[in-house]
Amino acid sequence: MRIDCKHVWQHISAYIDGAVDAELRAEIDKHLETCEICSAVLDSTRNVVVLYADDRVFELPAGFSERLHERLEEEMEVSGP
Amino acid sequence: MKSAPNPEFEADCIRRILAGEKQLFHDLIRPCERPIFFLLISILRNEADAEDAAQEAVVKIYRNLHLFRGESQFRTWALSIARNEGLGRLRKTQSRREDSLDALTDDQAGDFTPAILTSWREVPNQALEQKELAAVLRQAIDGLPEIYRNVVLLRDIEEMDVRETAAALGIAEGAVKVRLHRARALLQRSLAPRLKGFAPRRSKLFGWATVRKDEAR
Repeated sequence: MRIDCKHVWQHISAYIDGAVDAELRAEIDKHLETCEICSAVLDSTRNVVVLYADDRVFELPAGFSERLHERLEEEMEVSGP
Repeated sequence: MKSAPNPEFEADCIRRILAGEKQLFHDLIRPCERPIFFLLISILRNEADAEDAAQEAVVKIYRNLHLFRGESQFRTWALSIARNEGLGRLRKTQSRREDSLDALTDDQAGDFTPAILTSWREVPNQALEQKELAAVLRQAIDGLPEIYRNVVLLRDIEEMDVRETAAALGIAEGAVKVRLHRARALLQRSLAPRLKGFAPRRSKLFGWATVRKDEAR
């Protein structure tokens, strides 16, 4: 049975994570061979995830860690765990 | 830096802290700092509030360390304390507003159709050296509904697995998968058309000239 584009889109996230079973993966791969739209949707989704997961996108505020450990140090002086 | 938890190190550390080596708590909490902060910024939507809540949460984690039973990973337990801290603060500020914290549910229908493209030219990570690109990505994630934003931050940005994300957020693993899928679909739809402008220009002549220049060095 041939799967359609909407069916592929439903599984794109799991496909990217390698979390689809072998049978479904084979069906999706087969569909991707001939469907340029689904190939572009898959490639763009994967690219978007790779980009926003880069450490340069979400950084801790400057001095965050130092201030946190100073606060902890103050707490440790007055109480135990 | 994203660092994977090390259960043996954590267990040993906790034992020693409770036996009196308080200073070791600094090392124990360090790998949790990033996920705690980003979970709180996702809930509170404000950097100063998130930092304040993160400090308060970490102090609570320290004071309550003797209550940690080791049934979950330490980071999961720490994140659930941070989540409660964030939600508690949010309830206080939202108590006079009508919108409930649980306004959006997984059952709600939505349009998660991706942006339809006929081709995609990859945007390389080097493009992130342009501050504008990082800002576009942050804005897109910031614009997601909270239940999706939390999951994206823990799963994709902090690279936590489905099980730990579910435990830290107090939701089912199935909900993590559904929310992540929807979030990525929404992000693809909002970002793909905008990211096209950051893809390298296809110019064989330019590419060839660059290679030659590098080779000549």
